[in-house]
Formats: sequence, structure tokens, C-alpha cells
Amino acid sequence: MLPKQEVVAMLLAGGQGSRLGVLTKKLAKPAVPYGGKYRIIDFPLSNCVNSGIETVGVLTQYQPLVLNEYIGNGQPWDLDSMNAGVRVLPPYQRSRKSDWYKGTANAIYQNIQFIERYSPDYVIVLSGDHIYKMDYSKMVAYHKEKGADCTIAAIEVPMEEAPRFGILNTRSDGSVYEFDEKPKAPKSNSASMGIYVFTWSKLRKYLEADEADPKSSNDFGKDILPAMLKAGERMFAYRFEGYWKDVGTIDSLWESNMDLLDPNVPLDLNEDSWKIYSRNPVMPPHYISKNAKVQNSLVAEGCNVYGEIDFAVLFSGVYIAPGAVVRDSIIMPNTRIEENAVVQYAIVSENNTIGRGAVVGARPEDIADKDKWGVTVIGDGCAIPAGVKIPPKAMIDADMLKKEAAVNARK
Amino acid sequence: MRGNNVLGLIFSNVHEEKVRELTDTRTMGSVPFGGRYRLIDFPLSNMVNSGINKVGVITKKNYQSLMDHLGSGKAWDLSRKREGLYILPPFGSESNINNSRIESLASIGLFLKNSKEDLVLITDSDIVCNIDYADVISFHVKNDADITLVYRSGKVAYGVSNPSVYMLDPDARVRDMLIAPMSDGECSYGIGMMLIKRALLIKLVTDCVSRNLYNFKRDLLQRNIKSYRVFGYEFSGFTKAICSMGAYFEANMALMLPSVRSQLFRQDRPVYTKVRDDMPARYGLGAQACNSLVADGCVIEGEVRGSVLFRGVHVGKGSVVENCVIMQDSEIRQNCRLNYVVTDKNVVIKDDRSLVGFQSYPVFISKGSTV
Repeated sequence: MLPKQEVVAMLLAGGQGSRLGVLTKKLAKPAVPYGGKYRIIDFPLSNCVNSGIETVGVLTQYQPLVLNEYIGNGQPWDLDSMNAGVRVLPPYQRSRKSDWYKGTANAIYQNIQFIERYSPDYVIVLSGDHIYKMDYSKMVAYHKEKGADCTIAAIEVPMEEAPRFGILNTRSDGSVYEFDEKPKAPKSNSASMGIYVFTWSKLRKYLEADEADPKSSNDFGKDILPAMLKAGERMFAYRFEGYWKDVGTIDSLWESNMDLLDPNVPLDLNEDSWKIYSRNPVMPPHYISKNAKVQNSLVAEGCNVYGEIDFAVLFSGVYIAPGAVVRDSIIMPNTRIEENAVVQYAIVSENNTIGRGAVVGARPEDIADKDKWGVTVIGDGCAIPAGVKIPPKAMIDADMLKKEAAVNARK
Repeated sequence: MRGNNVLGLIFSNVHEEKVRELTDTRTMGSVPFGGRYRLIDFPLSNMVNSGINKVGVITKKNYQSLMDHLGSGKAWDLSRKREGLYILPPFGSESNINNSRIESLASIGLFLKNSKEDLVLITDSDIVCNIDYADVISFHVKNDADITLVYRSGKVAYGVSNPSVYMLDPDARVRDMLIAPMSDGECSYGIGMMLIKRALLIKLVTDCVSRNLYNFKRDLLQRNIKSYRVFGYEFSGFTKAICSMGAYFEANMALMLPSVRSQLFRQDRPVYTKVRDDMPARYGLGAQACNSLVADGCVIEGEVRGSVLFRGVHVGKGSVVENCVIMQDSEIRQNCRLNYVVTDKNVVIKDDRSLVGFQSYPVFISKGSTV
């Protein structure tokens, strides 16, 4: 038998993240690169180890190859210990019936066996699509102090954005009396962050009941939480203050990267006591050439900058040629921006080449029709030919380019 | 394929007297270099990239920082069940142990005896280069050599202590060897790397000890050069010996050249080092950087020109750092002027300070000082 773990974390990483378009074509959302060297999943994983949680189950389903490879044995996050650590949990076949993960609750239900091995008192359910630094141990302490059955982390959002979130309506002692999923007329601006602490014995009961209900959609927000609330279980909201951002859309992913360049945004990834761990590339320090111009930017190892960058996030091994300009953009690993190319308001994925003089994206001030403006996205492994103009809001992927080239060849 | 019947041995303390400032509290092997490395990363990575699976690191003194850096050897993929990294601290009963290489080698006699590899590759840690030892090994085997010495052709760099100069036959056989001869012309000189049969190494070391001979070059190599099949392997890639503070500075500055970086940091033979998990370097509003090498974790709000910044360096607003080597976690506050300065790690330069050295004689600020 394995040694008991007081808290086991379950990280929901199976989501496709379809709103990220070409960026999640070949990888699950939690594996999307962020901040010059990270992937989104580094945040919950690092939060876990920094909070003293040693056992993490990562539930995968959609395009798991990159994510599996990235997590590996968990060593970069110190999650490769002998009796605990990180475990990747894909759906599996059983003797009688087997299934994909039907919903978030079902994913945990299918892994009751995994959780039981550690006989935990509490289970913390996390998602892999937010950027934030949070001490989960404080939340667990709050859960214990309140004698709660379920504690939901909540953050104040601007009232006008509240309809996009699950809203928690609470009494003065912090207990939740109502859970409002995406309300049209929100009663408060306290939004659920999708982080739940459950007393395991209670959660197990509800998971089993939920599974037995054929009408259930097997989802935490839609089924489990309302059922617990209805039955009068003790549910509390845990107020979180600090940086928290959902990076589920192109715009929010772009914004959140840009937040790292703003000294006024309270997200410091250099903090020694709360490091964000990741798999580090083996590359030399980056080189800034004689005529380069670099400011307001984040530059990772192995980059060579000969051109000009301003408000740029460069991942490892990126090359910016002389005369090239990158502004307000994110350039992912090993991409080359060739001479005199201009990239602005864009997310350029891994292993791309932006040809000489090509123009990717546009600044909002240069576009008359504001509805036509948006962040341009270039998917993995594209070669944008020299001199080509890619309009704002466009989404390009390698297959599309190939098809187009084939059509042109036929002409 | 891993595992090629070669045991790697690295001397981590040799030639320390040449850069006393840097080795006051550390070994030669743990001298920081190139923005994120320690000198030992180069021989260690070269060995691993050449398929060597077992590496012993011979230490003598001040090896705390070295052990901290190497850890279990994980970063070089040497934390393994089958062989891997062995740190070999001084061993013996006499007070003057390990004063020479021969004594060091004698003290690890058991380690050498118990190893299974037929060949031993011995290197120092004061040479920066990216060499494929697999080529040296096949050269050695092809020539049925007893000993292969790696050499370079050209002028011996100024400051190298007791350079070995080899006389070679056209078939690369080493006929003779001179130690620190009077010469300033072109020659074939050793760069502190040799491949030797393990049994022969044990024999020669025992032989020297039994005759009370303790000079590695003179007694072990020179005396035996004609009795064995000794060959010379020429390496012509980028090489820099850290044999003076000037040379240390130059070697760091050489990294600004794309041709040097492409030889030293190859994708097919990467240089591994300890992972630190810093965030990428951040350039602030009004920052200026040119011709510089900058590592992760740096925050640059001032101006950096022609410099190497190690991990976690902070350059404050209004400060100008020019032609400098700033080691890890040093902090240069606001409105400072630094020109030709080498700071060791954790140095703090307070507001409005001005420090100026000269190209051949950079100002050195020792570890943890505050200016």
C-alpha cells in the first residue's frame, strides 16, 4: 500500500481548447506555450509542488502526445518522487464497459481507483487553462477551518464581465447559497476560478450518484456542485486576490503574454520562493547584435536578435533577421523572422519561417474598420513566402498553405 | 548508442593558480563562463555527447561549488543506474595527498582498477571547446595506439603554464615531447586531453609512484614517449584556454562572434548545464542592448553593450554596462557606469558608481562584494 497523502490534486487537461484554433490543432490546451519558456500546465503543476502537494493526476484525452512527452516523469517539477509524483491518466478500457471521459466529473469518477490508493482526506480539482500563482495549501487550510465539504476558489471580476463566468453568491460567512453558471443578470462579481477542494469521502459519494444518473452531463459546474448545494452540503467560497487569467482564447492568450511585459501587472515569474518550473531548453544565452533594438520584451535562451523588437515575447531559439521588426507579438520556439519582415499583433507558432519582407498582422490604428482587426495567428511549421501580406485576425496553418500552393501549381 | 568502452576522467582543480581571483572559493571546473555555464560543463558535455557513459571528476580542494553544480549529474544525463557520474574527492592517509596529478590518479587506483572500460579519456577543465571525442576514439583504435594526445597547431597562447610541444611524424606518431621549450613560433601543442589504455594508465601511475616520481608530464608522459605507441590527434575547432584573467575575459567576449557560437553551441552536440528555472530575460522600457549575450532571469532597464550577462543579473535604469562580464545574480543599480569590469556572482553595484578597467586588465569585483 502507498503512504497516505492528505491531499491529491487532479488536473483536468483533456480539453481541446477549440477557441485557440490552429494553436491546439496538434496539442491539448494545457500544452500551449506561454511566456517565452513555459507551457500553461507549468502553472498548476508548479503551484502544486510549491504548495506541498506531491501527488498529481493529470487527466488527458485530446491530442495527448505533446503533453505526455512534456510531463514525462515529472522531474522538472520535482514530481518524480518514489511513492507520489505526477501520473498521466488517459481514459482506459475495462472488462465490461469503457468510455472516453464524458465530462469533468466523469473523468475523476473513472479514476477513483487512482485516488483511493493514496487514501486522501481532500481532493483538489484543477484545470489546465489558467495563468496564476496560488498557494493551494492556504485554500485547503480554509476548507478545514470552515469544516466545508466543498470549497471553490473565487476571484472578483469586473461586473460587466461577470456573465462569462460561473458566479458564486455567498452569505456573510463565505458560504455559498447559489451557484450561477454564466448568469445574464449576475447578483455578484465573485467568479469561480474552476479550482475546487473537496472532502474526498463526500465527493466520492456524489461522483457515484452522478454516474448512476443517465441524464447527467457528468460535469462539475453543471451537475456535481448544484447537487451538493441542493442537498445542503457545506460549500464555501475562498477569496483569491492576485493575477489570474483564463487563456482559452486567442485574445486572452495574447493579452496574458503581454501582461508579463507590464511592470504594473502583479505577476512576477522571477520570484525565488514561488518559481514556475518547466522543461528548460538546452541552449546558450541569447545574443543581441550590434544594430538590434530591444525593449519592453521577454527574450528566452538561444535567440539571435538582429532586428528590432518592442513588446515582443520570444521563445527559445528564435531568430530575428536584420531589418525585421516584431511588435506586440509572441514568437514561439525556433521560428525565423527573415530580413525586413514585419510582424505585429500576432502569435507565430513553433518552427515557422516568415519570409523576407512579409507582413504579418496589423496595428489597430492602421485599420479603419475595427471589426476587421484582431490578433493574427500562424500555426506550426508554416513557411510564409517572401513579400506576402497576412491580414489581421487571419489564422494560417501549414495544411492550408500546402493546399493553396497545390492550387497555384495547377494554375 | 551509449556506452563506448571509454571511462572519462576530469581534473577539476588544475591550473587554478592562473586565475586566482576566480578560483579563490571554487574549483577551476566551477568557474562561471559564457552567461550560464561553468567550465566543467564543456568537458562533461563533450564526453556525454561522444557516448561516454561513466565520468569520474577528480577534486582536490574547494569543491563545494562543484558538487553543488553537478548534483547527481542529472543535467548531463549522468544520473544513471548503469554507470554515470562519480565525484572523486581526495582519498588517502598522508597529509600531502593529491598534490600532483599522479598522486590524484594513484588515490583513485581502486576506481580505475574496478572500472570495466578499456580506455580512459583524461581532460582538464580549463579548456573551452566543443570536441567530438568519438573521432579521437576511432583515431586511437585505428592506429592501435597506446596513448593519443590531442593537440592544436599554431602559437601557444600567452600564459599557458608549461605547454607540451609534440614532434610528430607524418603518420601522426608522436616522436618526442618538449615541455615549455623556448619557442614563439608555430608548433603542435597539447590542450590537456589524452586517451590512454586503462591498464597502461594503472601501470604507469604505479611505476611513477614506486620511483617517487610525481610530475605527470615529465615522469609519466615524456619519459615513456618512446616506449609506447603514442599518437597525436589534431583538433582545429574553436579552443580557448582559461590561463589568465585576460584570457578569461577574451574567451567570454569571443562568444559575440557568430562563428564561435556556432562551433561551441551546436545543436547536435549541446552544452548541458545545471537548470535554474529562471524566467526569460526581460527588457524594460527604454532598455538598450547591443552586441551582448544575455541569459535567462536578467532584468535590463539600462544599457548593455558588448557584455556577457549571466543568469539573474539586474541592470538598473540609467546604468551603462559596456565590455563587462557580469556573473549570476549581480545587481547593478541606477546610473552606474561600468567599462571593462568582471564581477563575480552576487555583487551589488550601488547607485551612481563608476568603474573603469582596460581591455587587457579588466577590473575584478569578488564574489558577494558591494561597491
